[in-house]
Amino acid sequence: MRLRLVPQSTNFNFFGRSWLWLGISGAMVVVAFVSFLLQGLNFGIDFRGGTTIRTESAQAIDIATYRGAVGSLGLGDITITEVFDPSFGPDKNVAMIRIQAQDGQEAVTPEVIAAVEAALAQAVPDIRFVSVESVGPKVSGELIQTAVIAVVLAIGAVLVYIWMRFEWQFALGAVLALVHDVVLTIGIFSELQIRFDLAIIAALLTIVGYSLNDTVVVFDRVRENLRKYKQMPLREVLNLSINETLSRTMMTSVTTLIALIALLVLGGDVIRGFVFAMTWGVIVGTYSSIFVASMILLRLGVKRDWSKPDNNSGNQYANIDA
Amino acid sequence: MLQIDTWKRVVIWAVCALGILLALPNGFYGRVETANDARAAIEAGATADGLQEQADMWPGFLPSSLVNLGLDLRGGAHLLVEVQLSDVYETRVKGMWPEVLALLRTERGRIGTFRLQQGAPDELRIRLNEKPDMVDEAATIVRSLARPVASISGAGSSDIEVTTEGADVVIRLSQAEQLASDERTMAQSLEIIRRRIDEVGTREPTIQRQGDDRILIQVPGLGSAAELKAIIGTTAQLTFQPVVTRTDNAQMPPGAGNEIVPSVDQPGQYYILEQAAVVTGEDLVDAQPSFDQNGRPAVSFRFDPTGARRFGDYTAENIGSPFAIVLDNEVISAPVIQSHIPGGSGIITGNFTVEESTNLAVLLRAGALPADLNFLEERTIGPELGADSIEAGKIACIVAGIAVLVFMVASYGLFGVFANIALVINVALIFGLLSAIGATLTLPGIAGIVLTIGMAVDANVLVFERIREELKTARGPARAIELGYEKAMSAIVDANITTFITAVILYVMGSGPVRGFAITLGFGIVTSVFTAIFVTRLLVAVWFQRRRPKTLEV
Repeated sequence: MRLRLVPQSTNFNFFGRSWLWLGISGAMVVVAFVSFLLQGLNFGIDFRGGTTIRTESAQAIDIATYRGAVGSLGLGDITITEVFDPSFGPDKNVAMIRIQAQDGQEAVTPEVIAAVEAALAQAVPDIRFVSVESVGPKVSGELIQTAVIAVVLAIGAVLVYIWMRFEWQFALGAVLALVHDVVLTIGIFSELQIRFDLAIIAALLTIVGYSLNDTVVVFDRVRENLRKYKQMPLREVLNLSINETLSRTMMTSVTTLIALIALLVLGGDVIRGFVFAMTWGVIVGTYSSIFVASMILLRLGVKRDWSKPDNNSGNQYANIDA
Repeated sequence: MLQIDTWKRVVIWAVCALGILLALPNGFYGRVETANDARAAIEAGATADGLQEQADMWPGFLPSSLVNLGLDLRGGAHLLVEVQLSDVYETRVKGMWPEVLALLRTERGRIGTFRLQQGAPDELRIRLNEKPDMVDEAATIVRSLARPVASISGAGSSDIEVTTEGADVVIRLSQAEQLASDERTMAQSLEIIRRRIDEVGTREPTIQRQGDDRILIQVPGLGSAAELKAIIGTTAQLTFQPVVTRTDNAQMPPGAGNEIVPSVDQPGQYYILEQAAVVTGEDLVDAQPSFDQNGRPAVSFRFDPTGARRFGDYTAENIGSPFAIVLDNEVISAPVIQSHIPGGSGIITGNFTVEESTNLAVLLRAGALPADLNFLEERTIGPELGADSIEAGKIACIVAGIAVLVFMVASYGLFGVFANIALVINVALIFGLLSAIGATLTLPGIAGIVLTIGMAVDANVLVFERIREELKTARGPARAIELGYEKAMSAIVDANITTFITAVILYVMGSGPVRGFAITLGFGIVTSVFTAIFVTRLLVAVWFQRRRPKTLEV
């Protein structure tokens, strides 16, 4: 007896409510945008400069004490958050202290860090500074720039590759689905105000890769079915292709999610944001390859005249100019 | 398709075996690390007790390269510094003054009197007081000091640019010389930083140039970034400068070409010195901790031949006048020159402790950094945090792995077992590759591996699902398996190439942990495709040939 996530053969009509799905996606994108514009992102020091200090102590954390110790130093905006993780024992209390980049300072100031550490050590005797990270405003500005370039480059490169392997309509559909995923991921980070740092950019790019993986598998089947059923309307070809690949789509998403959820729960708090972004991205990416990429492909229409004789269907992977 | 040539089988198994062999040392990380360290120590000539036993903890015939653990896993200090390249222009241009002075003096009859002006930091500005109209003449004279630029790209151009502005002759470094100087400064800074960190003797520091003017320094196992800064940030700029006068007024204007420098052991005491140094730390060939005739700690030093000549000439000409020994913009002492000092060696005395004199000697020997450093980024990760992260990552990997293995068997039965064997080999291959190229594993890198565990089954899933579909058309199991592999191929290749593109972009654009993630993701894609289309297929083929099943359930 095999475990089946999806029945052996399915015949869902994915396009029955295509406007509804596009509408939902559109609305979510708008919500993400509005949240981004209104709240912005909770940028980590990688992107806006400043210092974070991770502290550990056996005593329970009283944020007011911490704030009292550091607040008198006149360092501007200071955020103190307690970190929770199931793996921490009762005598392990972790806090993150973030100090903004100091005005007029190009580089990092060790005096500031030393002053903060001294003040905290005074207030909480057994405190230990597990990690201290500072990024100067100069570097953080560049990091944002590089990150944006990286995401745009990745999407651009993918656009070109799919265009070469398929048709421009496929490329556009896939890329719009990618943009959808990236926007929604940034949106949820803005909505929940989760710290957005350099690793999240890596997660974003992985989401781009994953979502693409999914979309390409569906499109590959669409391409095959377009050749096979030359007279079938595009809508039905798309629906058939999605149904045929549905079992695989679910299998892969579920295995990946199993691995990611294990990491999310057990992987420790340091990379939780990163893993959260990927988990969310896998869910959104799976959704978008079915409901966004294909819907767009349907709206754009596809050239049905595959004038090239299909003489090498056995090794299409070598047929780069298909 | 189920017929696989013997040589192919051999190659596939050989690759798997090699991967597992290369990955093996990582399973015994601590043991292999101790053995490697002991071997390195023995090679370096150490003969401590027990070293040989430590070296024998890991057999010599097995591979011993390990995956490097990134700072976030091992703990340590990370610094990104910017070298203030333009500092060097200033030193260079200002240092030309004595030479220019000597040359123009001989021509005073033609150009009249002149005076050094306080100009921008990267220029030397000389005003003709008596005969402003001779300014072009003077510029031509100064131009004779130009030397060709000593670099390939700057060949054919000269090192200085002499222009005139009103009655001023302005000397600047030429564009080509600035570029050449930047290259030299960076090379020198890297070398000096490397030597200073080596003096501390930690394991596998990373010292890398980044971009035009940056250096990335990562030292695993070091207590804090502040400690690292103390090691590399101490400039130890040693100069010997003529003393104009001494004063207790810090605000006193030093006059053109001079500077005011505080004394190190007499607070409130200042010296006005000529800015151009007679000799600098760069002319040193050696420095050793020693003691002066009163038995107080001191540092003895020796100059190279050019430095020795300049030092000798200066002392011969200036007997009776004071001479300041300046370290990092503080006057250590200003002895009066008693006699001509030939031979180019001397001793620095001051209020040193033995430790200070030893440190000073080390710093002097390592050489001064040619330019100031600006600290752009610093990170300290405690070893305990790193250990926690490894522990969490390990548990997450194991749980994720087992969950995926169980899920695959539940979904695909025997074929799931094949996919699982391939998955385990896949993870071994990733570690093998990482160890072989000496890549660094970071926390996001571990996430990359976990993600790969999830995604690695994708290629197998694609094939298995395809086989299921082909089975429906019922042309027999062998044909179905064959078609499954054939038809899934284009999807596998396209899907993985697109993901690989993003991994490459991440690697190129990213830095630090992000790059570590890109490496594991990229390797994961390559190995998962390899295991899915070669290893799993081989397993299926072997099984199929043995059993010859009439029906197939996937």
